[in-house]
Amino acid sequence: MLQEQTDITVDELRHLLSSRALEGETMLLNMGPQHPSTHGVLRLLLELDGERIISCIPDIGFLHSGIEKNMEAKSFEKALVMTDRMDYVNNLGNNLCYCLAIEKLVDLDVPERAMVVRVILTELQRISSHLVFLATHALDLGAMSVFLYCFREREVILDIFEMCSGARMMTSYFRPGGLWRDLPDGFEEVVRSFMRSFPKRIQQYEDLLTNNPLYIDRTRMIGPISGEDALRWGLSGPPLRAAGVDWDLRKSNPYSGYEDYDFDIPIGTNGDVYDRYVVRIQEMRQSLRIIEQALDKLPSGPVRSDNRKFVPPPRAELGRSMEALIHHFKLWTDGFPAPKASVYVAVESPRGEFGCFLEGDGGPKPYRVHFRTPSFAVLQTLPLMSEGFLVADLVAVISSLDPVLGDADR
Amino acid sequence: MSVVEKAVTVLNESLGDDIQEVLIFREQTTIVVERSAIVRASQILRDTPELQFNFLAALTAVDYWPEEPRFKIVYQFYSLPNKVFIGLNVMLPSEDPKINTIESVFPNANWHEREIFDMFGVTFEGHSDLRRIIMPYDWQGHPLRKDYPLGYEEVQFTFNFDEIDKRKPYAKE
Repeated sequence: MLQEQTDITVDELRHLLSSRALEGETMLLNMGPQHPSTHGVLRLLLELDGERIISCIPDIGFLHSGIEKNMEAKSFEKALVMTDRMDYVNNLGNNLCYCLAIEKLVDLDVPERAMVVRVILTELQRISSHLVFLATHALDLGAMSVFLYCFREREVILDIFEMCSGARMMTSYFRPGGLWRDLPDGFEEVVRSFMRSFPKRIQQYEDLLTNNPLYIDRTRMIGPISGEDALRWGLSGPPLRAAGVDWDLRKSNPYSGYEDYDFDIPIGTNGDVYDRYVVRIQEMRQSLRIIEQALDKLPSGPVRSDNRKFVPPPRAELGRSMEALIHHFKLWTDGFPAPKASVYVAVESPRGEFGCFLEGDGGPKPYRVHFRTPSFAVLQTLPLMSEGFLVADLVAVISSLDPVLGDADR
Repeated sequence: MSVVEKAVTVLNESLGDDIQEVLIFREQTTIVVERSAIVRASQILRDTPELQFNFLAALTAVDYWPEEPRFKIVYQFYSLPNKVFIGLNVMLPSEDPKINTIESVFPNANWHEREIFDMFGVTFEGHSDLRRIIMPYDWQGHPLRKDYPLGYEEVQFTFNFDEIDKRKPYAKE
């Protein structure tokens, strides 16, 4: 496809810069997209006065992979694998949101055991995602050892995912109506042994950072945002709770049985980089509490709905039952139809509200899928938080927001 | 009366004929409003003390090509005090896909509206910074439109060559 080559002109960006930029008083500096502290391929256009940021213009889209468009061409179940690839440190959370949306759209039931397993695994995923946050955040501020410790623990969690699904990251383990298959033998022991060792590890991270004067200097009152502003600008998850707003979708609009668990929502006060760190550390402890309760009550039973209009029959049935064979054939060649209507389902991902808008047209493919992703929302507020601070602080602010560019660009 | 029912009543009272339809599907309420009323509707939802839909959760669009009206703009609001979602929809015709921005009510609509502009070619009037956001700035076409091919080339046969040629995105003189 031959395209007209046009250059972007200063006029198109004039409204985003201060008047001093045009007189040459301030400097324009490009940061990214290939920059280790932008957590992927985020590009920022900075207007600087010395080291101070006058304005910051985020530019996203470098990791756009057309996932929403591609999903329109696949059946509901086959499109599931694409959700893993958006927020690639919260794969199971994405699976969960998409499955919940399908289940709501076609009114499909999920067995009790599958719901509890979903909770266990998404909470493990939350811990692993916060570990990546902590690792890269500390690394950006120069604390190399935290990075190594966090990735060591994350490896254990990824091994658990590999046990269940066969893949460390791109799991696609949750399916419409339940799980792909039951948990493997020895799952409970592995998770329990992780739970025994992990509280000590969190304490170690805290020993390294929480009262460290160097760390506090770099993070206290850096990039603060008020609760009111955070809401107006669509922040959710840890950045919003760090600003003192008590909102967690697991509590306010429970899904997958979260209403049955006893856990607290940690909130901060200043909405600065330090509070976001504290909130996430506390959330890891709360996730452990949830996993503990879920493991204790893990019921036995099927892990997938037996509604054969939506869920393929087990392999063993195919040799015996003609009906099972027909269902198998219909579901794998065609897929199941969804009504001509739309639903919006939101879950609490480690980064904030992760929503899925799903519309059916009566056929077996989604007519339109849209993901409301927390990273997209959070990057929009970057100018608000970073203006007036130093370039070095900007690095702290970006990492504290924990954006995943695959999530923002989709 | 639940908060969502109250919202429907309040909007009905203050907007009257601008409410086209109220859809309820799986306990989710969506109100279809006239496009001229969108800013007012979102303002009422946010500012009425007993509603307080103070969070714009999602903003996206759907393309119904070749049907008319072609575009549906989907707003999802959330009320933190009342813990409920509500949807607003606006239908836009294909020859004139324009709607007012709600940036003045919810500043975070900025990027969401840019994304819709980028992906669907819907123009938001009064928007402070309407540029492409995800696709490169010199990209041609709007990828999430239904008449935009999915990467592969559409095969042209003798009987439909001209018809496909018209919408095929390749180098033309």
